[in-house]
Amino acid sequence: MTRTLLLVGTRKGAFVVDGGRDRRDWSVSEPMCDGWPIHDLGWDATTGSIYAGGGSPWYGPAVFRSDDLGGSWTHSSEGMTYGDDGPKIPTVWNVTPAHGAIYAGVEPAGLFRSDDRGATWSHVAGLREHPSRENPGWQPGAGGLICHTIVPHPSDPERMWVAISAVGTFETQDGGRTWVARNRGVVDCNSPDPHPETGQCVHKLVMAAGDPARLYQQNHCGVYRSGDGGESWQDVSAGLSSEFGFVMGSHPRDPDTAWVIPLSHPEEGRTAPDGALAVWRTRDGADTWERHGDGLPQEAAYVGVLREALSVDRGDPAGVYFGTSTGQLYGSTDEGVTWVRIADNLPAIWGVQAIEVD
Amino acid sequence: MAVTVVLPRSLVSLIPGTERRSTVEAATVAEAIDRLDERSPGVRNRLVDSGPIVREHIRVFVDGVQAELATPIPDGATVHVIPAVSGG
Repeated sequence: MTRTLLLVGTRKGAFVVDGGRDRRDWSVSEPMCDGWPIHDLGWDATTGSIYAGGGSPWYGPAVFRSDDLGGSWTHSSEGMTYGDDGPKIPTVWNVTPAHGAIYAGVEPAGLFRSDDRGATWSHVAGLREHPSRENPGWQPGAGGLICHTIVPHPSDPERMWVAISAVGTFETQDGGRTWVARNRGVVDCNSPDPHPETGQCVHKLVMAAGDPARLYQQNHCGVYRSGDGGESWQDVSAGLSSEFGFVMGSHPRDPDTAWVIPLSHPEEGRTAPDGALAVWRTRDGADTWERHGDGLPQEAAYVGVLREALSVDRGDPAGVYFGTSTGQLYGSTDEGVTWVRIADNLPAIWGVQAIEVD
Repeated sequence: MAVTVVLPRSLVSLIPGTERRSTVEAATVAEAIDRLDERSPGVRNRLVDSGPIVREHIRVFVDGVQAELATPIPDGATVHVIPAVSGG
């Protein structure tokens, strides 16, 4: 039986939260990665390595790596540059192992790849060569111009999707040399033209289990589903308390089950609607949604949940976990129906990643 | 020219092999950082941004005077590397 760990990225360091084998009693580590702001953590099960991506206001961007579950760390950003004449990179927003490589999404939006487990990095230049970066131009969202989501194809190393705020979703089918915008059907509700090729503010992109063609996204302007690898999207927000939110998670085995956390209108706080925190689940491919707040604060909980801060483990039933921008960490071991508070006084939580270890 | 470089505690803690106070042979700030990077790879990346320039929130002083990468260092001078007062 495996042990469940939550890798938590915060504004002031990374933490490993150990749920043991029964996911009941949780212990919180000391802060790791020298207290650096950490946006996201990734797990490479093939090597048993944890990767943490972030950036120090003093020392710049870095990807940290631990080969002993957080006991010790190395770090590097060697090669993580757009060149001496290019824009400066303050931080890493996403780190994702895939097919033997490590990918890092950075700010300003771009993608880097490491083939030596994070020691050195090379720019996947094709993404920033997409013509939309020059015309009409890539514009930042409130969190910056950031490549915040990387979704590898599970079996084809040449295919990958990335999401950029506030630009949209892109797919490569040739290992990153060329990219195609995948935003058809996604509304840009902040533009006079509601259906541009790019400019949509995708907040999180996830893939359905066992069906690489089925993608879901939480967007600034709604929740969307695609059945064709992102070539077209349908709005599936009906029934949710709000179209707006940041996080989205998909079930490890059931392609029809996913979770979101709606937040109040983007110009009205971006917190739990009416101060009642709830996770919404679909079990029919996002045709309908059900609200679950049992165990979550239902009064005066004006908390936010940011884009990397929800994760789903591979347990049966699946565990669902999320962190708030005010430092609370919540978990459910019944697929999101009932919830417990795992930790309270953490720094602002930016990323949560559930992993299973022996 | 032998110069003394004083690094911040947070950088020494971040990069194995670095020391708070080191002596290197260097004629400019850039050369001093390069010598430290040769001893402990990663130092340059943490202190120097693309440009190349000293990172925005790092301050370098040569004998108490704020300096840039190209600033000459007199023989026997002391170079202080200090994180700027910022953050929250």
